[in-house]
Amino acid sequence: MSNLIEQIAICVENGKVNAASPYPPQMKGQPGSDELTKQALEEGVSPNDLLNKALVPAMEKVGQKFSENKIFVPQMLLSAKAMAASMQHLKPYFQSGEVKRKGTFIMGTVFGDLHDIGKNLCCMMIEGAGWEVIDLGVDVQPEKFVDELDHHPDAVVGLSALLTTTMVNMATIIDFIRNKYPQTKVAIGGAPINNDFAKQINADVYTKDPQGLVVWLDRLSV
Amino acid sequence: MKYKELIINDPTELLFGNAPHPVTTRRGLEIGGGQVYAELNFTLPMMSINNDTLPDVYRHYKEIAEGALQRALELHSKGVVLELETLLEMTKTPSIGIEVVNIMNETCEDYYQKYGLKSEIRLTPNDLREFERPAKQRTSALLEPMFELFEKGALAGGDLLSIESTGGKEVSDGALLMCDIKAITFALAVLGVRDMHFLWKKIKAIADKTGKIAGGDTACGFANTAMVLAEQRMIPRVFAALVRVISVVRSIVAVEEGATGPHKDCGYEGVFIKAIAGIPISMEGKTAACAHLSPVGNIAAAAADLWSNESVQNIKLLAGMAPTVYMEQLEYDVRLMNEALKAGSVPTHILQKLLVDSDIYTDPQAFILAPENVIRISQALVKGESYVANARNGALEAIDMIEEALQSGKMKLPELETGYLPVLRDELSGIPDSESDFIEMMLPALDQSKFILSEYGL
Repeated sequence: MSNLIEQIAICVENGKVNAASPYPPQMKGQPGSDELTKQALEEGVSPNDLLNKALVPAMEKVGQKFSENKIFVPQMLLSAKAMAASMQHLKPYFQSGEVKRKGTFIMGTVFGDLHDIGKNLCCMMIEGAGWEVIDLGVDVQPEKFVDELDHHPDAVVGLSALLTTTMVNMATIIDFIRNKYPQTKVAIGGAPINNDFAKQINADVYTKDPQGLVVWLDRLSV
Repeated sequence: MKYKELIINDPTELLFGNAPHPVTTRRGLEIGGGQVYAELNFTLPMMSINNDTLPDVYRHYKEIAEGALQRALELHSKGVVLELETLLEMTKTPSIGIEVVNIMNETCEDYYQKYGLKSEIRLTPNDLREFERPAKQRTSALLEPMFELFEKGALAGGDLLSIESTGGKEVSDGALLMCDIKAITFALAVLGVRDMHFLWKKIKAIADKTGKIAGGDTACGFANTAMVLAEQRMIPRVFAALVRVISVVRSIVAVEEGATGPHKDCGYEGVFIKAIAGIPISMEGKTAACAHLSPVGNIAAAAADLWSNESVQNIKLLAGMAPTVYMEQLEYDVRLMNEALKAGSVPTHILQKLLVDSDIYTDPQAFILAPENVIRISQALVKGESYVANARNGALEAIDMIEEALQSGKMKLPELETGYLPVLRDELSGIPDSESDFIEMMLPALDQSKFILSEYGL
């Protein structure tokens, strides 16, 4: 069983989704995280172990490699795909409550702004770290964040903006959220953002990259 | 593709300040006619744009234009281009953008009448269609305010009409992060090309109707995004270099539809377009670090006719407001280039050589911009029968050249980078000549919920 867990972790770390996927070339023809997760569950491996001993540590390694400039985003995205393939099999266990994620993270690019590359990377890294991610997309109005918080009142919110004329919309969204959910934690990021701005608009944190956000979220979930 | 051969075949003729087809503006700037001018670009500081803040918005642009032109005058400038890249609200409500052009044009005219300082406004409406996903490139109601701003903004004094259009971006955003060179080629050489034909027919018609100049359209959202991602170590630099080459076939469509230049900044494909079509170009390099970092700070100037700072916020620096400060930096850069031009061919080529040699082997993105490499890649970019084939051929030529530079030991790249070269070559080699075959190949592999084929005439 531990061998299966190890193999699944290797698949995720190397971005091996399933037997049909040609990537990585050295694992061509071998089963991927998809088949191995299914097999592991059928053989009675605990879904919690799969999540916490295979998937999350593998994605942590991937994040670490990225931080150390040992891989580029495409490799990271393939790992995220491999993890997603495993997660599909874990879905029923999340729904039944047998397996729990670290928390829920609601993410969106603020209204008036369409930039989403940074946001998407954050979503991927955070999901890989064991959080449930609800990606609201781009050009998101304050009401949409609150609507989602109505379903997940304990969620953490992430706001992204890339323009000097849209970063101000973060303040509007935070005020709107805190009006109904004063305890909600909000993280912000984007090219024109800095710590001073985060303090000024009462955001809980500014991080310059997705890895920083994961570290901060993990502290919250402890 | 209309162009089958290059206008500039000799790398020594691909020079700053000189274009085979210079453009003369209303107030007498002769762009590409023997000297380089500064092109200043700017944006608002952190603020909202709404009815309450409009007086402040207008004040900012007046302050920017006055500060910049005053400093240009004090530095004995021969002429300046001010680029107004409108923000969302200014295009959505064209009256705002038009008023900003009015305000800036009054300042330009004032400095021209009082002091003889020649300046022009490049009007660059932002592509509103991006705000709908999937984008309705041909049928969106957002086209109306965009074209209204083009036309009325031109009449208000926006003499050089440009845009950074976004046709194909629905596909390229994801493709960039996956280093999917086939999808990038589809985004730029199929969707981008088709959208450029649609858009630039209309922009050229507006330019003709208003008596203004159809400038150009850079692939900022594609190739510059790739460069910035590479700078952030998210994607390989070799991949970003190839995206730049592929972007040429998309951006040259504006010229095919009648744009005469100056080609826009915020996209380094301009040098290839200058070689192919002979039009003057705007480039940005070290003086654009206020907007984004780049590995091409010096080499980008090698063939520039306008020298730009890309964008800077109107905020206070120790010396003064940032756009004024950047005006000074640009002026000193162009003063040096113009001094070389005045001194003759030998000093000009020495300066160009220094600009090129200081960057060329530090990064593949810089490498492809060296004049001799631009000519070689451009020859590959025009030899095929379709945009798709030309994009593929240009990118394959660039891979050949990067590998030659690696083999010669002149350029060094980590294995993490070089490992991508055979994969990219393999992918590119599988691209067929014909557009229809390529579309047939790509459609099953793409998420078709992200784009609407009929909006590209497909």
